[in-house]
Amino acid sequence: MLIGSRAVQVGFLVGAVALWHLATARWAVSPLLLPRPAAVLRELIDVLATGEFLGDLGVTLGELAAAFALSSTTGLAAGYLVSRSRYWIEVFEPLLAGAYSIPIILFLPLYVLFFGLGPASKIALGATIGFFPIAMNTIAGFGSVEKIHIVAARSMGCSQYQLFRRVLVPAALPVIVTGLRMGFTIALLSILGSETISSLSGLGHRIVHLAENMHMARMFAYIAFAVAIAVVLNLVATLLEERGKRS
Amino acid sequence: MKALAAAIRIRNVSHHFGEEGDPRRVIALRDATLDVARGELMCLIGPSGCGKSTLLSIAGGLVAPSAGTVEIGETRVRGPLPREVAYVFQENALFPWNTVAENVKLGMLFQGVPEAEREARAESALEAVGLAEFAQHFPDQLSGGMRQRAALARALSLQTGILLMDEPFGALDEQTRMILGEDLSVLLAEHRKSIIFVTHSLGEAVFLADRVAVFSARPGTIKKIIEVDEPHPRRPAFVTSAKFHALRDELYSLLHDEIRKTVSESALDRAGRAGGAAGAGG
Repeated sequence: MLIGSRAVQVGFLVGAVALWHLATARWAVSPLLLPRPAAVLRELIDVLATGEFLGDLGVTLGELAAAFALSSTTGLAAGYLVSRSRYWIEVFEPLLAGAYSIPIILFLPLYVLFFGLGPASKIALGATIGFFPIAMNTIAGFGSVEKIHIVAARSMGCSQYQLFRRVLVPAALPVIVTGLRMGFTIALLSILGSETISSLSGLGHRIVHLAENMHMARMFAYIAFAVAIAVVLNLVATLLEERGKRS
Repeated sequence: MKALAAAIRIRNVSHHFGEEGDPRRVIALRDATLDVARGELMCLIGPSGCGKSTLLSIAGGLVAPSAGTVEIGETRVRGPLPREVAYVFQENALFPWNTVAENVKLGMLFQGVPEAEREARAESALEAVGLAEFAQHFPDQLSGGMRQRAALARALSLQTGILLMDEPFGALDEQTRMILGEDLSVLLAEHRKSIIFVTHSLGEAVFLADRVAVFSARPGTIKKIIEVDEPHPRRPAFVTSAKFHALRDELYSLLHDEIRKTVSESALDRAGRAGGAAGAGG
């Protein structure tokens, strides 16, 4: 069964590339709209071989790292503090859920106004967007600890710190790491997105810059490269999430 | 009787949930007085909601009673006494993120037992309940019966004089609980702990207990105490003896009316609630 579905997935990809090739080679779709796969591959090899991508990749990854560090520290701390009291949960959870459903990317012009066109505005935006799922899952994680586990630990004489370290954290961890993974993923998306809208560097900026100069094949090569980076990062995040859940 | 040797002294304990005047106020327990002698296994049996589990929690200091006192040895109970009292809960009280061995050792860690001693005590406790081979398994890899054995090992490893067991086999099937009951009787004969054991099962109460305290329906109080004069460890043959049956029948007739009362009351309760505050939740 598993092999069967894998084969279909691979076949689907191969079919898409074949259609792409046919569209450009046979059906005379303009290369300005859709460059040939072979041309894109040539550009991609060139981008990789010259190392031209390094600067932009470094900017984007740097922004992502800073944004994730900010959103996870603030999200974990805020989530834990709120989860300490039933009253605070009742007050803050709907607020956070409401804020989470707002498309925060719309505030990008404000962020650019406050933090400039450079990486700072991307970091601030990514940190803001990543904050909400992390904070909400932290609240949910600490809120989902079974009462019997707390009672059992108390009955065996645990200290406040031991209760936190040995019961609350391990009980909450599976939900929290899911929040961290979600926060990481949407921070990456929003950083790439905001780079395409207004920025001076980064992978998103490079893609838009190439499009504006009609370097379509090279733009496609960069898109493919950015997609590959995103896939790898999300894969790593998912693997870490799985490990966090098991420990 | 046996007042001098009492390990647990429960005096006029009452407990209610909710404030006076609140329509949802529940009087769970009314004026319960009970002595558990050193080395005695006392079963609490009664209809659902009669306050037997509440009394257990009060005896161990997990819940403060609305009125009355509990003394353990010379100490008035005002909170958990982890060095004197260990618990076995109904189920799921093992930490699922720890292995069986880690679960057993964690209680000792909380109490500052040195690492080497934790290791040794956990090993012998798991040996005693027949789970030595499963030390590195996680709770969700074990059957319900094995999980309760592990919980028992955790309690035994704490080497307390008192064991409080809240329907420890309540979620298990009849055959598993029979075997666990037999094994428990053997273990307890060796360890001579003072035990309060809450159960719903008449057979389990007669099989395990030195004395059985029978509760009335809510608001619960102790209606009668029955002695089971049979040495530990109890043999499987005890279950088929005339004595066992006579005691079980006596318990049954004591409980039957109380259970009827509880059932009809809770039916009335439900009817009342359906008419009143729908969607209030609770």
